[in-house]
Amino acid sequence: MRDHLTRRRWLRLAGLGPLAGAALLGRRPAARQLPVSHGAHDGHVMGAVGEVSTDAFNPMAFLRAVNFSDLPPGDRAQFYGETLRPDGTRLREYRLFAVDREIEIAPGVFFPAWTYNGQVPGPTLRAAEGDRVRVTFVNQGTHPHTIHFHGWHPPAMDGSLPEHQVQPGGEFVYEFDAEPFGLHLYHCHAVPLKRHIHKGLYGTFIVDPKGGRPPADELVMVMNGFDTNFDAENEVYAVNTVAHYHMRHPVRVQVGRLVRIYLVNLTEFDLVNSFHLHGMFFDVSRTGTSLTSAETTDTIMMCQGERAILETRFRYPGDFMFHAHQSEFAELGWMGLFRAEEVTT
Amino acid sequence: MTDAPSAVSRGGASLVWMALLPVVLLVALVALVIWSGPADAVRGAGYPPIERLAFQRVMLGPEGIVLTVLNDGPDPVTVAQVSVDEAYWSFEARPSRVLSHLGRATITVPYPWVHGETHQVRLMTSTGLTFDHEIGVAVATPRPSARFLATFTLIGLYVGVLPVAIGLLWFPLVSRIGRTSLDFLLALTVGLLAFLFVDASHEGLNAAATAPASYQGMALFVFGALGAYLGLEAVGGWLRARGAAAGRSEAFVLAQLVAAGIGLHNFAEGLAISAAFSLGEAALGTLLIVGFALHNTTEGLAIVAPLGKAPVRLRDLATLGLVGGVPTIAGAWVGGFVYSPALAVLFLAVGAGAIAQVVVQITRQMAGGRPLAAHVATPAVLGGLFAGFLVMYATGMLIG
Repeated sequence: MRDHLTRRRWLRLAGLGPLAGAALLGRRPAARQLPVSHGAHDGHVMGAVGEVSTDAFNPMAFLRAVNFSDLPPGDRAQFYGETLRPDGTRLREYRLFAVDREIEIAPGVFFPAWTYNGQVPGPTLRAAEGDRVRVTFVNQGTHPHTIHFHGWHPPAMDGSLPEHQVQPGGEFVYEFDAEPFGLHLYHCHAVPLKRHIHKGLYGTFIVDPKGGRPPADELVMVMNGFDTNFDAENEVYAVNTVAHYHMRHPVRVQVGRLVRIYLVNLTEFDLVNSFHLHGMFFDVSRTGTSLTSAETTDTIMMCQGERAILETRFRYPGDFMFHAHQSEFAELGWMGLFRAEEVTT
Repeated sequence: MTDAPSAVSRGGASLVWMALLPVVLLVALVALVIWSGPADAVRGAGYPPIERLAFQRVMLGPEGIVLTVLNDGPDPVTVAQVSVDEAYWSFEARPSRVLSHLGRATITVPYPWVHGETHQVRLMTSTGLTFDHEIGVAVATPRPSARFLATFTLIGLYVGVLPVAIGLLWFPLVSRIGRTSLDFLLALTVGLLAFLFVDASHEGLNAAATAPASYQGMALFVFGALGAYLGLEAVGGWLRARGAAAGRSEAFVLAQLVAAGIGLHNFAEGLAISAAFSLGEAALGTLLIVGFALHNTTEGLAIVAPLGKAPVRLRDLATLGLVGGVPTIAGAWVGGFVYSPALAVLFLAVGAGAIAQVVVQITRQMAGGRPLAAHVATPAVLGGLFAGFLVMYATGMLIG
């Protein structure tokens, strides 16, 4: 309100005080009655507007798809095959290809992405500890790319050094044993690294312990961001690419059933990202390399490349918000809802 | 001789052909370019579109933030998302989110803006490109209503009409002083006007630089100013002819010209002030008013100084004041209701051109046929020029 005083003083100086007071400041009382804020306070006005097309990428299907399980069997066989070996482990063969593709990251906003198999995040790969993983990688993109897996493997399979780069039109077979068990990831390691990652070349790699984990409703969530105007800052944040998608389409879960979230942070440019769940707590196994929880919390912070397995059971039916506890990320797209429902049997 | 008319008509027909043939060919060329799209051949397939959005008007009210944006680029632009202070927000675009070249849309964002604080508005296009606008100090924008009209009228009175009228009260003084003092006053007027010219040119060129590129602000400014200069020159000729017929003195005609020039300038000033309101900078607008009021009192003096000892009726004096001052009100209305950056550039240019012409007129009169350099190099004239500059500089500081 300091400026009002200043203004009055000016007017008095100019000898126009009485006149100006009537005319210019006449509308002031009205303004003073509304000093705090204006505009709608309806909670639903926040968030991206509209709907994305789910023809090319369906965030809801992505949540629960592993090893191309979202494809019809005939199509799936082109990308994934498994063979039981005498020792009880499996040979898992994947076909991944890098391809440039425009993806819809928020309703009506199209990002010129570099993708694995046309989607961001790339397909979730899942093996059991001791399985042999063989990934045939074909670069159909316009730049050299690689696949760099997190996990035990010999240097030749690392996909990181200049000689590892697969040129456009080229092909390379990555082969290694799946270990240790836990939650891992894969991403392109061609340079410039920042660009190859933020353009979309990353995905989740799950290695199950021998004997598996207790049955649960399993969800893959990759925290990511997109620098749409190429200013080295993200304009859009999300889990699994599409801004505010699960605000409009809640993730349906069952009350009382074990829910396991495979949470991976692949956000570029920002130092950390985080996951916060409303009204609940969850058990955390960082990197998923232990079968016991080291921590029970409702907020977990991760730097890029960090990941954790979160387990919880919904106690009450209804909607539960989950989002980054960086409010900026949340309001720029990284926010969603779980909808817990009672099971009627 | 008998075939002469037919030769003329044949000549006429071929003249029409000569005129039309290039036009027809040009139309064909344009059609060919549009059809074959050589630009695409050069750019190649998948070349990203050139997107440019310009913020025309930002209003704050109970419904939230209302933006008027213009597509200043060659390609269509789709506004896909809107964020305020780094939060995506719901919005409504009318008539459409898709803006063709030079198309406009009004975007309403129901954002709970905070009085007195700063907000960052960002439009994201379908390609992910972003266009930002900062609302420096959020204050409710006055609504176009009877009250709004009355407020702008009052602003015009304060800034234009009353200060100029007050300045006219120096006339009795002007009519009683000697030649040297009058030279001093005329030179003072030239100093005032020269300052105004520099100021208006600066403002106009700034506006030209920030206006959307499609408006070609620089050309608009230069030709606007030139047009006003020549226009006023013509008006001057007409006034002189009419004045001579009516037995009016050359001094009065000159005062009329000065009043007209100042009036055109004040129109642009009124526009600038109310445009500050319409761009959501209401807090700045009220400060401007005080500064301009002080500043403009000197304009009244500028109008009466050329009169010297010429006999003037009170009615004529009032007319001069109204010609100089009233356009401020009209400018305030235009700026408040239909503000656009192109209009701002144009009117600032017209103001600058008009002032330049008036400066030339007064200087001619002062010199009275003598070499200008010899006349200027007198203490009275030099002192007047300097005083004029000083007065404007000092009162200009109030405007900031």
